[in-house]
Amino acid sequence: MGRAKLPRKSTTIDMTAMCDVAFLLLSFFILTTKFKPSEAIAVTTPSSVSSKVAPSKDFVLITIDKDGKVFLTIDDKQKRETIVNSLNATKNLGLDVAAFKSANFIGAPFSGLASFLAITEENRKGNQLPGIPCKDSTNNELITWMQVINDAYAGTKMDLLLKGDNLAKYPAFKGVLTAFKKNNIQKFQMVTNPENAPAGSELYKKSMAGEKQEN
Amino acid sequence: MAELDTSGGGHKKKGPGVKKGKKLSTRVDLTPMVDLGFLLITFFIFTTTMSQPTAMKLLLPDDKAKPEEQNKAKESGALTILMGNDNHIYYYEGQLKVDASNFLSASYNGENSIRDVILKKKAYVRSIAQDPNDPEHDLVIVIKPSSTCTYKNVIDILDEMSINVVKKYALVDIFDIEEQLVKKSDENSKSSSN
Repeated sequence: MGRAKLPRKSTTIDMTAMCDVAFLLLSFFILTTKFKPSEAIAVTTPSSVSSKVAPSKDFVLITIDKDGKVFLTIDDKQKRETIVNSLNATKNLGLDVAAFKSANFIGAPFSGLASFLAITEENRKGNQLPGIPCKDSTNNELITWMQVINDAYAGTKMDLLLKGDNLAKYPAFKGVLTAFKKNNIQKFQMVTNPENAPAGSELYKKSMAGEKQEN
Repeated sequence: MAELDTSGGGHKKKGPGVKKGKKLSTRVDLTPMVDLGFLLITFFIFTTTMSQPTAMKLLLPDDKAKPEEQNKAKESGALTILMGNDNHIYYYEGQLKVDASNFLSASYNGENSIRDVILKKKAYVRSIAQDPNDPEHDLVIVIKPSSTCTYKNVIDILDEMSINVVKKYALVDIFDIEEQLVKKSDENSKSSSN
């Protein structure tokens, strides 16, 4: 008597469903990815153990590039308008309000601001621009900028960010700090790359014990 | 293995006189496509989570505060860190002696690192503390960056403060005499390494 033959089952699996899922996920991730806009100012930030995520909207960002040049970015377009109007009123610069509103960053002294705004957005490259003068204590234009910004943000929350390049020298950083101090701004945040606390250090032990970081 | 069956259902009998063409399989192997799909998914997953910059907070002291209202650092608990050119770092405890004999050199990491110096100082302050509830009360670290050090150096030292949980530290302008000392030491170490 021969054994009863079992019907042989096929080992092929229909991949169509899996393919569907894969591509659904793929399109989800493609759509949610925010690509960093090609930055006009190249900056490599140092890393720190801070775990607080930097705010991504309504910020005022001061960038220091590797040559120590200082640039200013104001996120809020409404505030940009207030700022440019008050600058025009106090310093009589005659700036183009619309151009200032659409400018992603400011990187020229007051005297050259009008010609800076005349350059098209794509041609504004950090390494070719003079930056805002702030290293010299007698001609620290950032003080004026911070004053105007402070007035524009009066009563509302302002996230002041500082983003510096690894190779920027300290005098530029100090000039920025002076501008903050002169305007009674004592609180600001520095943009860094995340890094883990070194094993064995006190902070590491604290975080292992489940304590939250204070900052 | 994985095929898309598109051959159409059933075997329809063709009418008489219709010649049978050679039947080409319309099945497509989907495996490479799935592979590619998942590869791209992993790529996008990684790129979305990696680009989240963090921010570290810094509070600046008020320059306008009257000298008598400012916190005075005890000499026994004070440690001054000075940063020089080319990732050089120096420190002294208490006050700088006239002959600069307590002006010492350290490094950012590795042997004789500034972290060890800070920890040693911390242990010392703890050992002489009078108030057992707040043994680190007297520890004050003064950070003095010279004009040649980089932004990264400053951030590294500020970061070191949070790594070692130092509660009191201050970023202070360097004195001329210290600046010169740092400059001299920088040049010395340069010539000795050559």
